[in-house]
Amino acid sequence: MPSDADQMIEQRTSDTDRVWTALENVKDPEIPLISVVELGVIPEVRIEDGRVTVRMCPTFAGCPALDVMREDIRKAILAEGFGAVQVDVVFDPPWSTDRITPEGRRKLKEFGLAPPAKCNGSVTGDMLDQVVCPYCDSDRTTLESIFGPTLCRAIHYCNSCRQSFEQFKPV
Amino acid sequence: MSQQTIEQLKPQVKTAIVDLLYRLADDHLILGHRNSEWTGLGPILEADIAFSSMAQDKMGHALAFYRLLQQLGEPDPDTNAFLRSGDQYRCCSLVCLERGDWAQSVVRHFLFDEATRIRFEALEQSRYEPLAQVARKLRGELKYHTMHGQMNLDKLGDATEESHQRMQDALDRLFPHAMGVFEPTEWDETLAAEGIQPREAELCKTWRSQVADMCAESGLTMPDDVGPIYGGRAGKHPEDLKKLLDDMQKVYRLDPDSEW
Repeated sequence: MPSDADQMIEQRTSDTDRVWTALENVKDPEIPLISVVELGVIPEVRIEDGRVTVRMCPTFAGCPALDVMREDIRKAILAEGFGAVQVDVVFDPPWSTDRITPEGRRKLKEFGLAPPAKCNGSVTGDMLDQVVCPYCDSDRTTLESIFGPTLCRAIHYCNSCRQSFEQFKPV
Repeated sequence: MSQQTIEQLKPQVKTAIVDLLYRLADDHLILGHRNSEWTGLGPILEADIAFSSMAQDKMGHALAFYRLLQQLGEPDPDTNAFLRSGDQYRCCSLVCLERGDWAQSVVRHFLFDEATRIRFEALEQSRYEPLAQVARKLRGELKYHTMHGQMNLDKLGDATEESHQRMQDALDRLFPHAMGVFEPTEWDETLAAEGIQPREAELCKTWRSQVADMCAESGLTMPDDVGPIYGGRAGKHPEDLKKLLDDMQKVYRLDPDSEW
């Protein structure tokens, strides 16, 4: 017979799993292939007395997708039957592209964005110059602009397949 | 060294932090607005996209500082941005000035972002932990602004005779305003003593020496015999700010209670 304490822990774990599963279905509105979990913006989920608190670390501080993501997260967890959901936007830990999961990086490429190099919190010019084309895998590419159509993208040109492409830029 | 949380702040320290946060938030908001004035008008597409992106980033950074103010009991970010008059703003004159020609916008962006980089590096160690967290978070984003500023200073500093002259003129005109970023306030000592931020004069010294080297590498001469233009941190601004606020606040003031 499991003790009451064991049952409580089991219940709590399965609740937490349900929240994480719900979060895996919340996508970045600007890159709909990738979930907020794969993007690495959810450092923590807590459940106390049926109340869910999600900590969320924003990607770029001025990103307009932030409010949309926050609301989508709230709705997705409410839809799982939890009574109250709070999404706290936090700067600790500071989000970095190093937080994007391997699966997330694969999906960025599938979406047509070159994944960011690992930067350990400090971007160098090389990380922007040496980017592999997401379409043809050539490394004969040229940086065109460190700013792009959204805050998180830089623009490059591939000299092999002769197409412009975007990179999810390292931060 | 222990860190300070909001609950533990002594009243005088809290007032000093609030003053510092208004300076930071207002600088970023107003420069963000100025950067956005190039949207659709940049000399080439990449320049246009860069200034528009930096405008959006600066607005985001302003918002982060206004949120810290809100946590300290100040009004919400929209009220602060759209319902204050010019004399209530604490931004420096550098960010207020009209955008001028392309060289002036590039030089202002370079001077301001180098100043911000040096300040943020210090703030990452701040004993006021919420501010240190924001500085750590914004470091990676700011890096792209400083890269862009230095790249353009290099390019335009010695591209043609005209580009060199325009850049040098802009530097001569803007440098006293840029020194005004570091206008000391009555809270300077408190902030330094509490480990929240080094003295303005100390930050200014670091900035001057680094900026002088970068200018020299780009074939430009940093003026070294001019004094700073102060006033912004006490609410005294050039006429340019009034025009900017009239424009920026116009729609919001038509109906402040609207839901957006």
